[in-house]
Amino acid sequence: MTAAAGQAAAPIRWTLTWATARRVLAQLRHDPRTITMMIAVPTMLMILLRYVLDDPVALDRFAPEFIGVFPFVVMFIVAAVTTQRERARGTLERLMAMPLGKLDLLLGYAIAFGVVACAQVGVVLAVSLTWLGVHLSGSVVPLVVVAVLDALLGMSLGLFASAFARTEFQAVQFMPAFVLPQVLLCGIVVARDQMTPLLRWLSDVLPMSYAVDAMQQISTGASWSSPVTKDIGVILGFTAAALIGGALTLRRRTR
Amino acid sequence: MASPAVTPPGLPPPVVAASALVVRRGGQVILDGLTFTIASRRVTGLLGPSGCGKTTLMRALVGVQMISAGQVELLGLPAGAASLRHRVGYATQDPAVYTDLTLAENLRYFGTVLGLARPRLADAIARTVAELDLGGLENRLVGTFSGGQLARVGLAVALLGQPDLLVLDEPTVGLDPVLRRDLWAMFHRLAATGTSLLVSSHVMDEAARCDYLLFMRGGRFLAAATPQEMLARTGAADLESAFLSLASRSEPVRL
Repeated sequence: MTAAAGQAAAPIRWTLTWATARRVLAQLRHDPRTITMMIAVPTMLMILLRYVLDDPVALDRFAPEFIGVFPFVVMFIVAAVTTQRERARGTLERLMAMPLGKLDLLLGYAIAFGVVACAQVGVVLAVSLTWLGVHLSGSVVPLVVVAVLDALLGMSLGLFASAFARTEFQAVQFMPAFVLPQVLLCGIVVARDQMTPLLRWLSDVLPMSYAVDAMQQISTGASWSSPVTKDIGVILGFTAAALIGGALTLRRRTR
Repeated sequence: MASPAVTPPGLPPPVVAASALVVRRGGQVILDGLTFTIASRRVTGLLGPSGCGKTTLMRALVGVQMISAGQVELLGLPAGAASLRHRVGYATQDPAVYTDLTLAENLRYFGTVLGLARPRLADAIARTVAELDLGGLENRLVGTFSGGQLARVGLAVALLGQPDLLVLDEPTVGLDPVLRRDLWAMFHRLAATGTSLLVSSHVMDEAARCDYLLFMRGGRFLAAATPQEMLARTGAADLESAFLSLASRSEPVRL
């Protein structure tokens, strides 16, 4: 077997990473409907939440948590489908036969989707804090940072999940399979400390729990306190692990 | 049966040298112990019916297909070596390009991945666009191209980096005869200026346009020779009959 040949990790080359990020953004630019949906859907859901709850106190509690969840979900789907498409269309194979490192490719994706995540979070926060009248005890900056990190977490998990999808249809199905259980277990529906030990344990090993916990802490005024930085550490850890997992699933050679 | 091409003295060493190359997939033998060389600065044709293993062989050469046994070297390096990725151009049967980008965006991205920087990149793009008669289409989305135009975009990407070896999988399928003639003229022009080409086809009337032929069937080579030798050896009037004659002679061996 010569399978291991030529698989040594190359250092990240930023020119290629940038080129990939620009390419992904150009693809999105040519698809205005997708980009509109990516930006608008989290905001629309927030508006819906405002009128469903119809209670300012409840909204102040739930809004920040959902600001952590909606971009996560949207990014997960977009990233899973985009990379699945790259595999199915043969462009991934072409790139793997070219001098492009796997991390160059994945970080390029991360940068491009990070830009979109900033826009997404910016719009949803602006609308929530002004029109919807969400009131924060804490400051906005950590909220923005954590919300963008949540979106990037969703993206990296989507990239990773796409490796296990043979078709675009399967890639979309991973959303309910991977993401909805996390929504149920992350502490929005039932507080985490009221869960049975097994569910609590499941909640502890799922990344979204930390995303929502950080948003909760920040919205109640914790800013950069140690529970928040711990949550951020866990979110970054999951993001990095999913990206590395994604890199491992990108095979230069197939059987 | 498969007589390896011997490099006559005075010629540069072969660009590809394979010995006892085996690829198995799902318990099935796809490539059955191929030993061959591909001469430098020639247009070598890989001819055979669809399903005979042409694509698998090409994928093994460019390093995206795992090899079960045997050895392949390109330009003196094992297939799939990182430093070969600059030097080997590969065009898949389905043009693996981004249909949601314009022609210029596609070429710019793949060019950057190949390590071309600004002034050289623009030159390379202008050169390949002219060579493949894609002028005027630079700013159109590749998804709106006709089949023939799309096939040429795939070729353009393979040509961008001026590779030493071009591996082209059925590059002329579905193209109109004028365009096909022009492409074959271009292949010979490239060979005359120092590029080595391996071009696959399942259409026997293209065999005559090659400097050297590898006749393939059922994962093995029926013969490896120049078109003239092929005719002389079989006593056939044309290459299609030569192929048929070789195929019938080898029948009992393969069963």
